[in-house]
Amino acid sequence: MITVRGLAKYYGTYQAIAALDFSIARGEIVGLLGLNGAGKSTVLKILGAFLVPSAGYAAVAGCSIADDPQGVRRAIGFLPDRPPLYHEMTVDAFLAYVLRLKVGRIARADLERQRDEALDRTALTAERQRTLGELSHGFAQRVGIAQAIIHKPAVLILDEPINGLDPVQIVEMRDLILSFRHEHTVILSSHILSEITRTCDRILILDQGRLVAQGTEAELAESMRSHKTITAHTARDPHPAVAALNKLDGIDTAACQQTPQGEYELTLHASAEVRALIAQQLVAYDLLALHTAEAGLETLFMQLISTPRKPDDQREREERSKERESGAKSEKATESWRSGAKSEKATESWRSGAKHDT
Amino acid sequence: MTRSGLIITRELHAFFGTWSGYIIAALALLIEGLLFNAFALGSKPKFSAEVLSSFFYFSSGITMVAALFLAMRLIVEEKQAGTIVLFFTSPLSERELIYGKFLSAFIFLTIMHIISLYLPVLILINGKISLGHLAAGYLGLSLIGAATLALALFCSTIASGQLLAGILSTCLLVTMLIMWLLSGIVEEPFKALFSYLALHNDHFNPFSKGLVNTKHIVYYLSIIVFFLESSVRVLKVRRWQG
Repeated sequence: MITVRGLAKYYGTYQAIAALDFSIARGEIVGLLGLNGAGKSTVLKILGAFLVPSAGYAAVAGCSIADDPQGVRRAIGFLPDRPPLYHEMTVDAFLAYVLRLKVGRIARADLERQRDEALDRTALTAERQRTLGELSHGFAQRVGIAQAIIHKPAVLILDEPINGLDPVQIVEMRDLILSFRHEHTVILSSHILSEITRTCDRILILDQGRLVAQGTEAELAESMRSHKTITAHTARDPHPAVAALNKLDGIDTAACQQTPQGEYELTLHASAEVRALIAQQLVAYDLLALHTAEAGLETLFMQLISTPRKPDDQREREERSKERESGAKSEKATESWRSGAKSEKATESWRSGAKHDT
Repeated sequence: MTRSGLIITRELHAFFGTWSGYIIAALALLIEGLLFNAFALGSKPKFSAEVLSSFFYFSSGITMVAALFLAMRLIVEEKQAGTIVLFFTSPLSERELIYGKFLSAFIFLTIMHIISLYLPVLILINGKISLGHLAAGYLGLSLIGAATLALALFCSTIASGQLLAGILSTCLLVTMLIMWLLSGIVEEPFKALFSYLALHNDHFNPFSKGLVNTKHIVYYLSIIVFFLESSVRVLKVRRWQG
């Protein structure tokens, strides 16, 4: 239903997305996961025929984005990150307007039937006479979904559909999206891992415009079997050892921070058995404890967005290498990820993926 | 209803459903009435045709200002509210969008002109004017109003905010108005070029005197089509630039 081959988009000299390849089958619900600025919205705008790609090929419902944008637009329902609403219109008038915009001429009876169905699906029937400017964010988001589904499109493109919703509304939105499973092909974006895993059949992980992983939750977890997160605690500052650890084979990243108790905590992502080597390096700094955690999806995500690129951009690699030296990069990514999750008021623990063993 | 028709209907609802449309119309008609009394009628006796010419002269200025206010928000407001996504993800061409928006504002401006008819009717009742003069004057007002709408709509398409759209529209309009002044201080061939491009002087004054010349109609239609098609191009380019 959706085919993307070598897709790239530049804004001036800035490369927003690069060499994306993926396909989405009919009836699938697929999530685009990535930090802010990863390129999720750009991908969705291209699939919505809102933007023209700089290179590559993308097709939706058999229509090429570049050659047949009108065909694409007939086949999609699009919800941007901010619901597109005219505040002076009522819910009823707005939905009628959007339906006519999408399908052109339509008999009044058909219009009313399709509008009633959309209102019913999104539980907005009681609000139909209210003006859009009066609605809360949760209701406005539902109107955004209603306008996207009102013409029964084959493909639904939802950009951050749970953005700004409270916990109850998040659950309602999740149920609504899940109810689309056999009617529409859905591609949605989010930077909340727990939501993507609960809602989507498959996940595409984007980092800095590149597709760094894709698969079902189980497939991604399987790919992480060999990866471990090792946490070490020392009594004395081990910063001099961090650089040496970063150079060891089998260690992808190493970062250090001081705990409120005055200890030092090192977090290392490893792809081999390196505990003995780590212990050797840290024993001089009064090693207190060494823990190994099996990698969960969160770890995978963190690792993917922290992993340097393949050698097509030497400068970027050098910059990342410098950041690793100081142990700052991983900290920064973690902080950004955490703050994103907090801002969404997600009630579930998004860190529940890791099972600790000693 | 066609998609352009749908946009016209919604825009007219927006004009009449909010205070902005009424305020622009009321202010324009109020100023028109004041200028009619103060300058067109004046204190000295005049021929009816002279009064009517003066009325069209002042009305042209008010029409241009009203057209600026009406059109400068048409696209930029959609961009700021995020509702432009509805058009860009619907099977609607950029041309349908731009012409729909333009026609909605033009219909509103025409309604304003129809309401202002009571002023020339007063001249007709109390004096002697030809209906041809009246028709020519309103044709001129419609053309200069439509040209200003197209110009402001273009600025609305390229601007990122309403204030910027307003400033750009005003600058562009003033530049096109003062070209007749520039034509007086430059040599040929720029003299003829600037004189021809000037929006008001050479092209509108014949209409205000009751004269209809095809070359002036062609000029205004060219300006309208140029700015509307430029707006269409700008929207198409935006799909590439993001």
